[in-house]
Amino acid sequence: MINTANFLSQLFNGLVLGALLALISSGLTIIYGTLGVLNLAHGALFMLGGYAGWLAFEYSHSFILAVAAGALFVMVVGVIMEQVIIKHFYSRPDEDQLLVTFGLSIVFAELIRYFFGSLSKKVPPPDIFGGITNMGFMVYPTYRLALLGIIAVALLVLYWVLYRTRIGMIVRAGIEDSVAVDSLGINVYKVFTLVFGIGAMAAGFSGIVYSPVVAMSPDSGDAILVQTFVVVVIGGVGSFPGAILGGLIAGEIISLTSMVNPAYSMIMLFVAMTLVLVFRPRGLMGSIGRT
Amino acid sequence: MSKFESTNGVSRRSALQISAAGGMVATGLGGVQWAMAQDKPKLGATWPEGSQGDTVYLGAAVPLTGTYAVQGADELKGMELAIEHINTNHELMKALAPKVNSGVNGKKVKLLSADSAAKPNQALQVSQTFIAQNKIIAMTGSTSSAVAVAMNKFAQREKIIYMAAISGSNDTTGKDCVRYGFRQGVYGEMTANAIGPILVKQFGKNRKAAFMTPDYTYGHTTTESVNNYLTKEGGWKMVTNQVSPLGTQDFSQYLTNIANSGAEFLINVNWGRDAVLSSQQAKQFGLIPKMTLVLPYQIPFIAKEAGVDITHGVYAATDFWWTLEDKYPLAKMFVESFHKKYGYRPEWGAENGYVSFAHWARMVTEAGSFYPPDVIKQWEKGETIPSLLGDVHYRPEDHQCVRPVIIVRGKEKKDMKNDEDFWDIVEIVDGAKVIQKPDAFGCKLGDYT
Repeated sequence: MINTANFLSQLFNGLVLGALLALISSGLTIIYGTLGVLNLAHGALFMLGGYAGWLAFEYSHSFILAVAAGALFVMVVGVIMEQVIIKHFYSRPDEDQLLVTFGLSIVFAELIRYFFGSLSKKVPPPDIFGGITNMGFMVYPTYRLALLGIIAVALLVLYWVLYRTRIGMIVRAGIEDSVAVDSLGINVYKVFTLVFGIGAMAAGFSGIVYSPVVAMSPDSGDAILVQTFVVVVIGGVGSFPGAILGGLIAGEIISLTSMVNPAYSMIMLFVAMTLVLVFRPRGLMGSIGRT
Repeated sequence: MSKFESTNGVSRRSALQISAAGGMVATGLGGVQWAMAQDKPKLGATWPEGSQGDTVYLGAAVPLTGTYAVQGADELKGMELAIEHINTNHELMKALAPKVNSGVNGKKVKLLSADSAAKPNQALQVSQTFIAQNKIIAMTGSTSSAVAVAMNKFAQREKIIYMAAISGSNDTTGKDCVRYGFRQGVYGEMTANAIGPILVKQFGKNRKAAFMTPDYTYGHTTTESVNNYLTKEGGWKMVTNQVSPLGTQDFSQYLTNIANSGAEFLINVNWGRDAVLSSQQAKQFGLIPKMTLVLPYQIPFIAKEAGVDITHGVYAATDFWWTLEDKYPLAKMFVESFHKKYGYRPEWGAENGYVSFAHWARMVTEAGSFYPPDVIKQWEKGETIPSLLGDVHYRPEDHQCVRPVIIVRGKEKKDMKNDEDFWDIVEIVDGAKVIQKPDAFGCKLGDYT
């Protein structure tokens, strides 16, 4: 079934999937790069974004409000998480951080299951992005096309915040030398709380904009978390451009492999990750990592 | 995640055992047990310990998280209702198992349940805990045939009766059958032979079909059965078979392959949330309604989750649908009783859980014993017994219940009489006519002791 139409279709599929993985991973990698926390609750935050957006949509029937609600709610959850729990774990061993964030992911999923049951929930795409678009070489759901644009804008905004604003500068300086930044009279820890909130918001935003494509269920975060981590490892832990590159590579590997044999797509993704770890342990664009 | 309803049962039972030692011979029941202890020596993990207190325990490892969580929760409700009815002599239970009398064989029945996440290792772990802590005398679970097959082997090793809950693989009572395993529900081969003639009659011969298959024993055996039927009897051609892992979220790559395959039919063997997501995304990609969707082994509540715009006009084979209450009085009693307790109409899983437990209660009370080989031999008499869908029987050769397969077609929204009226019953297919010969899939049951 490998013909030009199918190849182009899968190439495009990989781009959309890759963009989504890039956006989710960017949040994970910002948090790790800045705070050194491997947040295993990141997938659950993605799921929470989907549910918060769905709930907002049920009341408002507005896609825009749903997206805003999903992103902001998860940002608030992220800030509370950081203030109440995570900040006590900065100086603790990595395994403590992993356990506490893993525990939080279970708590979030079970809370959602308790309140909303296990039936999956989805927000319909806005009317303007409904239906199918004929792209010549393939027909494609219009919303998935729109998603590509939405994600590109979101990534640009994130990039701008991190690399073109004062906050971004403090964040990046804080990563290098938090003591020096602190001595300049800047409260690094407040900035760190904000960073956790922004990272969480990237997950929440991804969840709600992805909801029209894949209906959300309490377990939605589990599946995406694994792929997100693979993306971060391939791109380089802590690297924002790496998350984007890793996401696109992962999306294409999954899609193009499935053209030959879908059963091998996840295996090929892990093969790629292993190769990167063997030949470039810090990931393709990482500056920190295992050596 | 796990829910253990009772963890102090063991100590209470220990106390009862001590007091029973003195008083056992004095009572009629005690006399029977004493005799059993002489000619029925210790067997497996829980005989005779599991049957000695005033309560016997059943263990249920059901998926409450993951891809099959919705179905697992429904299944568990059916089981809970059955246990309640066994202990309170509900008239429905008395109709299915007449010798039930405030429990079975003079003992109350208690259900222990925990999450299996539809994973074989987790189901085994949970069941092992039930054995160690509560000496369960029967087990259930599954909703994934991978779990059912693993539990079959475990049951045979531990000598504890296992009733597969929903399990669609041909292997469960086929090549992986065991003496200690029983299955009440329908499965791939039966549904293929039931829905196949309807598809060929409705859509004609020599059509092109794309299959979507979940990558484990249920998916592969069901796809094979359905494809065999359509190929041999209808001259249909499988133009592609897209195999995806259990728990897939984004089916876009698979759907893209199907879009480029030239198929006229989308035969979706995925189940649970996989079926919901893949069908929704097939519509997003414009494959539905361009291709005709068929759900050969399906949860009827997919309509509730995926939407009637996807399921209307779709043919599906299933185990139970609540409007069967119009035809079967026992089904009506079940639906009313369930609806009253849980606030919605029962799904296939609930029916499966309820009837499996009712049949277990019937066998145990008819045998008048908990000794596993006695109970198994009672089952293997193959007697005609009632179910919610008329009389059925279990085949002694492979422990499969011979029961009807229900073919449904999705209703349009305007035709729905209430918010759960998703399907028309197209046909109730006699199980005996669509089941394969007992040895067709290589079943060899194994030993009693």
